[in-house]
Amino acid sequence: MIVNLRRRRITAAVALGASGLATLLGLATLAAILWTLFSRGFSGLSLSVFTQTTPAPGSSGGLINAIYGSVVMTLLGLAIGAPIGILAATYLSEYGRGNRLSTVIRFINDVLLSAPSIVIGLFVYTLVVLQMGHFSAIAGAISLGIIVIPVTVRTAEDMLRLIPSSMRQASAGLGAQPWRTITSVVYPAARSGLLTGVLLALARISGETAPLLFTALNNQFWSANLSQPMANLPVVIFQFATSPYKNWQSLAWTGALLITLFVLVLSVLARLISSYFGAGESRIE
Amino acid sequence: MSAVTIPYKVQLRREARTERLFRVGATAAALLVLALLAGVLLALVYGGWPALKTFRFGFLTHTIWNPVTEQFGALAALYGTVITSLIAMIMAVPVAFGIAVFLTETCPLWLRTPIGTCIELLAAVPSIVFGIWGLFVLAPVLQHWVQPWLIDVLGDLPLIGKLFRGPPFGIGLLTAGFVLAVMVLPFITSVMREVFLSTPRSLKEAAYGLGATQWEVVWDVVLPNARAGVIGGIMLGLGRALGETMAVTFVVGNAHRISGSLLAPGTTISASIANEFTEAVGTLYTSSLIALGLLLFVLTFIIIAAARLLLLRLEARHGARL
Repeated sequence: MIVNLRRRRITAAVALGASGLATLLGLATLAAILWTLFSRGFSGLSLSVFTQTTPAPGSSGGLINAIYGSVVMTLLGLAIGAPIGILAATYLSEYGRGNRLSTVIRFINDVLLSAPSIVIGLFVYTLVVLQMGHFSAIAGAISLGIIVIPVTVRTAEDMLRLIPSSMRQASAGLGAQPWRTITSVVYPAARSGLLTGVLLALARISGETAPLLFTALNNQFWSANLSQPMANLPVVIFQFATSPYKNWQSLAWTGALLITLFVLVLSVLARLISSYFGAGESRIE
Repeated sequence: MSAVTIPYKVQLRREARTERLFRVGATAAALLVLALLAGVLLALVYGGWPALKTFRFGFLTHTIWNPVTEQFGALAALYGTVITSLIAMIMAVPVAFGIAVFLTETCPLWLRTPIGTCIELLAAVPSIVFGIWGLFVLAPVLQHWVQPWLIDVLGDLPLIGKLFRGPPFGIGLLTAGFVLAVMVLPFITSVMREVFLSTPRSLKEAAYGLGATQWEVVWDVVLPNARAGVIGGIMLGLGRALGETMAVTFVVGNAHRISGSLLAPGTTISASIANEFTEAVGTLYTSSLIALGLLLFVLTFIIIAAARLLLLRLEARHGARL
């Protein structure tokens, strides 16, 4: 009996120790990635990164056209996807709550949430790029917008559902139509939660590369024309990192550092907002 | 007369009209989600049709991928996709399980949130960053330290030895699987953690009351109770791994062939599309790549839908959304 108990205790200690090691391994990986990013990307971080356009191999330059393109397409994508996502979430949580259609839509949305983003790129290629006849920034923004929709639907619905129904009933009791209840009571009450959802969506699309490869393509030069190919950080990183040129590789690391810092800060910010306002746990995915 | 007031009835009518508009708008946005899924499927079938018509079932069973002779078969890419994802699962699932156990059982309470947040931040790192990290940091380490060791130790074993032969390239299926493992780790961990937390407290207390050790509670009470959720989480991770593009494209080697060794370069569906699509010349080449995308979409759809159905059943039982 005693021997048996000792063996069971040893098993427990070893197994739980291993779980601690697994956690250390996970944390070490994150640390290793961040360390590599800083040690290789920080040295290239200078003013010229933000003032000059992407260089030819061997000459000096910066990333400003790529940064500009990324900002424009990300914001456009957000402008396309976030309102649609919040409206769809409004249907799921308010008008269609409990009916079969909203169950189906919720399920499909969860599947789209995890669908490969490169497939979205192919979809926008056949839908927009082939019709326009050339690659364009607007096609890139549309594919990012499509990725925003399921992310926003998911978080926004969770947040809208947290609003107690007594508030809706109080509003209805004053004679307000549902739309007035939604826009004047539910949305303001869920404001921080909705903001969290949009921030998480922004974080998600900031680093997306695959859907931009054959929609926005890339551009060696400065371009503000939405109907033309536009440079963007992820695709520039991809192109520069896989090139044999040292200065291109160095710029790729700097770009990767910029994107990662931006995304991590956004994710932490989203978390802080949701915990500060007590909007509940917002989950990754 | 005093200020102009809008008659009550007019105002009511206006409210009702806005209500109709708003309801139609919200419904349309919700239906758009369904339309998106249908649209993606239709567009991929439309784009991939020339290839599917030319090669028929051969598209799935042939390994030859030759743009010059316009011979396209998806088997090599499909093989690479499945193998890299399986490697990722074999590496990530035990570690994710360990982290989930640590975060729900052993970890001091005040450390749970910060460590949990760090693991979830791993999910926020863009996939292209995993890609360059894999290419410039992980691949050389594997090439100089890990792969020679694998070849020495495992290469001569009778059955699995075949998997670890050949020169250590650094890049290849094994490295791609490794990077994928790091990428899907936070997703699997997050689901596992949530379902572990949903174990009824009374069950655990009862087991402790019978004299079970902490580990026995985890293994014999928490895990069986969370089984469906754990499987759902693993499949969700698998769905991610199958469709992941950029991280794999950097390190898989992009060779359309099936070689017995895991150390050899290969390709995946998503890596082939990412690498070749903008350079593809001719209808058949482009359409074959879109057909590859269709294959990937159907494959991931089935896996993710099955995972979601599993998790949905759990949600109904526990009332919490997973």
